[in-house]
Amino acid sequence: MKCKVCKGPALIDVRRHNANFCSDHFIRYCREQVSKTLKEFDMAEPGDRLLVAVSGGKDSFAVWDILESLGFDTNGLYVGLGIGEYSDTSGQYVRDFATGRNLPLTEIDLRSTYDYDVPTASAVTRRVPCSACGLSKRHVFDKECRKGNFDAIVTGHNLDDEAAVLYGNVLRWQTDYLGRQRPMLPALNGFPKKIKPLVRLSERETAAYCVLRGIDYLVEECPMAAGNKHLSYKAALNLIEEESPGSKQAFYFGFLRDAVDRFDLTTSDPNQDRSDVATEDSPILSPCIECGSPTNVETCSFCRLLRRASGAKPVPVELIRKKY
Amino acid sequence: MKVLLRNPSREVDMNGPISVVKLLNRLEMSRQEVLVIQNGTLVPGDAMLAEDAIVEVRPVISGG
Repeated sequence: MKCKVCKGPALIDVRRHNANFCSDHFIRYCREQVSKTLKEFDMAEPGDRLLVAVSGGKDSFAVWDILESLGFDTNGLYVGLGIGEYSDTSGQYVRDFATGRNLPLTEIDLRSTYDYDVPTASAVTRRVPCSACGLSKRHVFDKECRKGNFDAIVTGHNLDDEAAVLYGNVLRWQTDYLGRQRPMLPALNGFPKKIKPLVRLSERETAAYCVLRGIDYLVEECPMAAGNKHLSYKAALNLIEEESPGSKQAFYFGFLRDAVDRFDLTTSDPNQDRSDVATEDSPILSPCIECGSPTNVETCSFCRLLRRASGAKPVPVELIRKKY
Repeated sequence: MKVLLRNPSREVDMNGPISVVKLLNRLEMSRQEVLVIQNGTLVPGDAMLAEDAIVEVRPVISGG
């Protein structure tokens, strides 16, 4: 296997581009893909201050490292979710990453800040854990982005993530979700700008990038993610990709090119509470009476979750894992 | 050779020398869903692994 660029020994293959790369040229390829994405979708410009949501996993570390290498002014944001030992370990990975590179990091711990954690919120609200987790993180991301006056919040969603979400939304024709599945959501109605610079990289590529850059990340999966639909959608798409490399990229970027505009959210029901999915395009938004975040109902979904979960008796992770 | 697997972390012994592709076939793993790592760097699919090699087969799929 030879590097497409220098013809030296290659370490990694990227089948959908019919290309192999050595370490140096693979790292360059990843950075170029991100740079191209930032420009193509108007995500960020030189000098922008970016708040990077970091979890301790490969994707968030890869995007933080790449944005730093491209010269952006970045600040990490880690949310302590209270998922037992998993959260303890992930927090340490993030601290080590930030300290080792002398990068600024903001930490928000759900238990010490809001007196609940994800397993407890999942139990008392009867939401699946990933739903309680997503709602909590979105609220904290938005709040910290506004508070720090950052230009955008960055997440490490990659091509596989976006293709899997698209696949799930198409399977069930979740038209309102389809309308907002863009890699860049502009700042609107009090919501900060949100960007996903890794959508041109697969998760195998972000993992390979971390290995080749010597980035130590948390390989273990979140104990609450086991068996979620997202993983089964990825497995289904990987079977297709195996037979036909490039299918995932064609699926997702074809959707962005030809279909996403057809699912514009302004046509959705204005009376439906959409604050839990952070819909910047909801037609009627006003400040939540409790936290001031934009919402189209009186009290946003996060504050409603907080009312029920905050102060509740902590529920161990193991109990939630058995349930779901 | 020793093969370190993840989720859950475990170690299995395999006979070598063996190519990366054959190793993954034996483990019934897709090459597109894992990375093979030796001495802190990636091992390409066409590489041969020695009898005394210690390698990690790391999954790349996350549920996020």
